Amino acid sequence: MRRLNAVGAARGAAFVSALAAFPFVVHAAWIVNIGVITLMYAGLATAWNLFSGYSGYISLGQAAFFGLGAYSLGILFQHMSAGTGYRPFEVLPLIGLGVALVSLPVAWIALRTRAMTFAIVTLTLLFIVQQLAFNLHGITHGSTGLELPTPRFSVANYDRPFYLAMLAVVTLALLLCWHVRGSKLGLMLFAIREDEDKARGVGVRVTGAKLVAWALSVGLTAMIGGVWAYYLTFIYPESSVDPLVMIGAILMTFLGGKGTLWGPVVGAFVLVPAQQYLLTRFGANQFYLIAYAAVFMVVLLMLPRGIIPSLRDVSQRMGGHGRPRHDVAVEAGPGAPA
Amino acid sequence: MSALLEVDGLTKRFGGVVAVDRCSFAVIEGTITALVGPNGSGKTTVFNLVTGYSVADSGVVCLAGSRLRRPNPVQLARRGLARTFQQARVFPQLTLVENLVASLQQPWYAIARRAVSRSDRARALDLLEEFGLVQLADDRASDLSYGQKKLLEFATVLMGDPRLVLLDEPTAGVNPLLVETIEQRIRGLRARGLTFVLVEHNLNLVMRLCDPVIVLDHGTKLAEGPPADVQTDSRVLDAYLGA
Repeated sequence: MRRLNAVGAARGAAFVSALAAFPFVVHAAWIVNIGVITLMYAGLATAWNLFSGYSGYISLGQAAFFGLGAYSLGILFQHMSAGTGYRPFEVLPLIGLGVALVSLPVAWIALRTRAMTFAIVTLTLLFIVQQLAFNLHGITHGSTGLELPTPRFSVANYDRPFYLAMLAVVTLALLLCWHVRGSKLGLMLFAIREDEDKARGVGVRVTGAKLVAWALSVGLTAMIGGVWAYYLTFIYPESSVDPLVMIGAILMTFLGGKGTLWGPVVGAFVLVPAQQYLLTRFGANQFYLIAYAAVFMVVLLMLPRGIIPSLRDVSQRMGGHGRPRHDVAVEAGPGAPA
Repeated sequence: MSALLEVDGLTKRFGGVVAVDRCSFAVIEGTITALVGPNGSGKTTVFNLVTGYSVADSGVVCLAGSRLRRPNPVQLARRGLARTFQQARVFPQLTLVENLVASLQQPWYAIARRAVSRSDRARALDLLEEFGLVQLADDRASDLSYGQKKLLEFATVLMGDPRLVLLDEPTAGVNPLLVETIEQRIRGLRARGLTFVLVEHNLNLVMRLCDPVIVLDHGTKLAEGPPADVQTDSRVLDAYLGA
């Protein structure tokens, strides 16, 4: 809930500019491809954090909206020409808005539950959307999959527009998160995360705050799904509504630091390249998944609250700056229970 | 003097246990009304029913003359009925100022505004000053002692400018110095026109501070009146001493 300070703004601008410059400096397609996937997860994790990290409601169903975004774009361009190839990027905000609006009534019902029940209810959303993708043959082509137009980007830098589109969504997600954290909405969400019943008792409009955060998170997730579908040019139900994608994004958020601004991005930038490296190192056998899990367990054991909060603790301990701590026991006077 | 809160025939069962049994009472505006009774007599359940944290099986609750069909904590807080909890409840990871500002009732269009504006902060600091917590304003609420959390919780419910405040054991587990602070705050706020209902086990405090005193037993009203009368009521003595 810090206000914008010069250092933070400079850090953010430098980070985004460096990432924007990256595909113009590095031309190897396979590296830019890892960049696209990394940004995709950074965006998904940041969007997940915007709702679940800030409100404390763990949603396991965001993959449903990733899939809805992917299919929305796919279905739209069955009937529309992609023009020079950039038109699908231009409709992304509409896809985000549309999916967010469609998700609101569902969220309104799901949000009548809490904690584990909410997690399970949202998990079922994922399977409902996947079943719909299988069975609404007329528009999704079921398990045959849906083909999107292939853009005529130059072969040498084919990945670059997708990379930049992902980066644009990640930047939007970070800006939204930053704004939410410093606004009344952020305060409402943090109050809900800390003690929702108490928040209700002081008149915080809890349902409204959760729905707004949900809509923002879902809209961003759908936009990322759209870019992803266009990048692959071919989608089918298992790949576009994939629980593993969601679990990946959630793990990255926990790794980087749930509820922080940069945590999800940091988590994605650590885990995705590590995963891709292990994948190429250990090849097609599934050993890479075990190695991936091992990396994750080591980090969680050493930094249980995530990278960003743990680093913040360390820097406070070393530098001694941070919040001044008063000796509460003395001020409370004698006889106060601990 | 009119009744700010009226409860009529309120009943709540938990399985076979009737926690609140056709309970009726009225809280007159401008009073400090005490709700006392032995453990398990239904005091906190009455609070929960009135504030919408649980749903009554039957009975009517009226606030300022209008009947609450489905009491809802958020709406009630916005209509001026605030409550505290038996266990002090604060937002532990937020600072004291943020705890207070989160309890400010905002219109919808304000959600994109800055979390703690200059005027919000000034208002929170004023209130913290009154409660003697101002030097801790930017500490996290988790750093407070239990008694200080009680004070903070009391302060948060005042941010919404309530008309009626229900305090659930405001002094339980609080050291005597802070009890005095709380008592003074209640008196001061009453002088400014607030109405209070207290659930309280500290009977000395109740006798000093409250009038009238309502005694509950087995979920129903046993006696009501000025503290001196209630203290000598034989039914009340029976209920407390189990004679």
